[in-house]
Amino acid sequence: MTSQAGSLPTQRLEEDTRQDGAYPLLETVGLIKDYPGIRALDSMNFELRAGEVHVLFGENGAGKSTLISMIAGANRPTAGEIRFNGRHADLDSVHEARELGISAVFQEFSLIPQMTVAENLFLGAEPTARGLLDAKSQRQRAQEILDSLDFHLPPSKRVDHLTRAEQQMVEIAKAFRSDLSVLILDEPTASLTNHETDQLFKLIGKLKAQNVGIIYITHRMAEIREIGDRITVMRDGQFIKTVDAKTTGDDELVSLMTGRVMGQIFPEINYQPGEMALEVEDLRTADGFVDGASVTIRRGEIVGFAGLVGSGKSEFARACFGAEDIAGGRIVFKGRTITRPRTQEMLKDGFLYLPSDRRTDGLMMMRSARENMSIASLDIAPFSNGWLLNAKAEANAVDSLATQLNLSPHRVERDAGHFSGGNQQKLMLARSLTRDFDLVVFDEPTVGVDVGTRAAIYEFIAELCANGAAILLISSDLPEILHLTNRAYVFYRGRIQAELAGDEITETNVLSHFFEKEVA
Amino acid sequence: MTGPSPSPAVAGRRMADIPKRLFVRLGILPFLLAIAVVVFTLMSDNFLTGRNLMNVLRQSVYLTIVSLGQMLALLTGGFDLSVGTILALTSVVGALVMASVYAAMPDAIWLAISLGCLAGIAAGTMIGVCNGIGVAFFGVSPFMMSLGMTSVGFGIALFLTGGTPVYGMPQAFGDIFGFGTFLGIHTPIYVAVIIALLLFLFLYRTPQGRYVYAVGGNIKAAALSGINTRTILFMTYVLCAAMAAVAGMLLTARLDTGEANIGASMPLQSIAACVIAGVSLRGGVGRLENVILGALFIGLVQNGMNLARIESYLQTVVLGSLLILAVIADQIRLRYVASLKD
Repeated sequence: MTSQAGSLPTQRLEEDTRQDGAYPLLETVGLIKDYPGIRALDSMNFELRAGEVHVLFGENGAGKSTLISMIAGANRPTAGEIRFNGRHADLDSVHEARELGISAVFQEFSLIPQMTVAENLFLGAEPTARGLLDAKSQRQRAQEILDSLDFHLPPSKRVDHLTRAEQQMVEIAKAFRSDLSVLILDEPTASLTNHETDQLFKLIGKLKAQNVGIIYITHRMAEIREIGDRITVMRDGQFIKTVDAKTTGDDELVSLMTGRVMGQIFPEINYQPGEMALEVEDLRTADGFVDGASVTIRRGEIVGFAGLVGSGKSEFARACFGAEDIAGGRIVFKGRTITRPRTQEMLKDGFLYLPSDRRTDGLMMMRSARENMSIASLDIAPFSNGWLLNAKAEANAVDSLATQLNLSPHRVERDAGHFSGGNQQKLMLARSLTRDFDLVVFDEPTVGVDVGTRAAIYEFIAELCANGAAILLISSDLPEILHLTNRAYVFYRGRIQAELAGDEITETNVLSHFFEKEVA
Repeated sequence: MTGPSPSPAVAGRRMADIPKRLFVRLGILPFLLAIAVVVFTLMSDNFLTGRNLMNVLRQSVYLTIVSLGQMLALLTGGFDLSVGTILALTSVVGALVMASVYAAMPDAIWLAISLGCLAGIAAGTMIGVCNGIGVAFFGVSPFMMSLGMTSVGFGIALFLTGGTPVYGMPQAFGDIFGFGTFLGIHTPIYVAVIIALLLFLFLYRTPQGRYVYAVGGNIKAAALSGINTRTILFMTYVLCAAMAAVAGMLLTARLDTGEANIGASMPLQSIAACVIAGVSLRGGVGRLENVILGALFIGLVQNGMNLARIESYLQTVVLGSLLILAVIADQIRLRYVASLKD
């Protein structure tokens, strides 16, 4: 390997595939990773061919992240071997993996917010001239990379001035700094809009044509169908099966993943729209994200908010909850007009907003699951008498909530940060049961959540609705809007573009309103 | 160890694992405490005696009270650098008021003591009110806010006294609150115990106490859970200052003078006591019991070094090193915790 260290990865790749095409591009043999007290990955066999999109599929905690972290060189295996082009590869660091052309785009951004796009792209490999930074050539080369990817981003813009989707694009572009042979994408579309997702898929198509092997992690079935070639299903740190993406049905995939046969992911919901819960007229927020939107939500129905990231759908709900400053408009909650909503009062009045970003807005990661579940209702029984906490009643209440939501592992004193994504989401959902809420807003409730837990969350939402609460579901995942809501609003630039009810809520209908004005 | 063992290597590994697990569970403090006791016992015969340990307890009272306040600030993810100034201002104002009331009405000893204490504690708490307003309502970083107030408070204390100590407090004040004993235990210890009990009740038995942890754990999540984060932050700094002020009054009684120069070492030592006790600098993590142990540990080390005749200048070197060691240990522990996940 050292004799070829000087040549570019793609050149080497072409040589190798010609010489010994019998080998897969990348292969793991009996790969094992042990953490103290737990085997995160057990005898994993995985192979990636050049020019294919290989989807890794499994519930949260199935070992997907562990596997890719070792392929990307971020973690060392306890036992087993990684082979690159049929040869043993010792990947001691991310840097060494990159030398081979293996690049990973993880869910957690590794961008420095205060630096520009170009500076981030070349972080750690800055072009220099006579030992000094060469800002000009850096900007040029950044522009070249962005152009080749067809990403419309100015290289000199600061990363913290970009939207989350644009930051994701920078993160992806970073992988293209050097030549690629293996690209690892960990839920890359989680924060992308449909339009940006399409762009990413085009790009993936281009890479396939260039013989790059792509490892792709996603929980979205539609994406697997669209771009996947083969799927490897994992469960509990073990290899289950590698199947063909085009010929394997959803049901089979889900049963492979969960180890049990499962019917519909979306539950049957019986909507019974009753009295008005929330009525908002011409709401405008101080930051301008919401610019004159009117919405009504009744008890016993699930209302959906669809729209692009930044369309104001999330800000609208936050503003009604008192988490954003309001510039104008009228809010009537349960028949009472509220001029300036304040979070504490809205919450006590029966309005709960569950934020989309668990890590930054939702959970106290260093505190126990118990404290995270009970936090919104410590001022009422059974958690306290208003002045003093009732530790025993709290423990009982939390324990039964954990049982009800099937928290796994069932250990309420464990730090929230140590649970998987799906179970962290359950901790937040539990809050909606600690009081009698009249209106519960779910903001992207299934981002980064596996299919098994997803079904449980949908069931949970349906049950809340059946019990007479008004539900507002904000989602960028179109199937959720299509299957769960009986009425949906489509947001576009802070306004309501369309209100759809019942059978009108179809994919084409909703999507057409996403872009209508942009196209025109 | 001489008994038959099937696989000594495995047993050995398990034995070696025990300190690591203890470390993850308890932090660095028990280890430091054990080392300190052994070292100082070897260095001085007088160290491990009941009388000396009682001394340590009495001397550590002031730091303990201040550290409990500091812990609140750290729990919310901030800190309070002005605790030293609060001690000084409390001491000066308390002594001035007490002395002047006593001079005007020599018979009303208790009136003088009560008014003096009230005035002193109120003055010290005002620093906390300013800190709280700045941090909670204007979003000033706790570092800048408390650093600024340090200068303000110290300036006022010096201005009021012209830099000289304040004398003329009633004899009874020092006798009772400085040197008094009840059932063989010094008065300040009772005060510290009462404060610790009240704070324990507050932190672990009331919703507000839980909110302190929540604000430090994730302030956005706390706000979205209906917690008034501003009130909690404001209250934190006021409580912290009030506790430092009580310590200031007790120290004034002990010294029998009002001084603008006391408490200079308090910011460092109180933060050190908390960090050694496992309070996270990122907020949201830390237990009251451990902080008391942390403060006692620092008292113990100082006492031990005094007995071992280590020069006072060198003592500050040791304390600073201990603080850094504790922070490093905390980082290592976090890494272990992440790998153990429980």
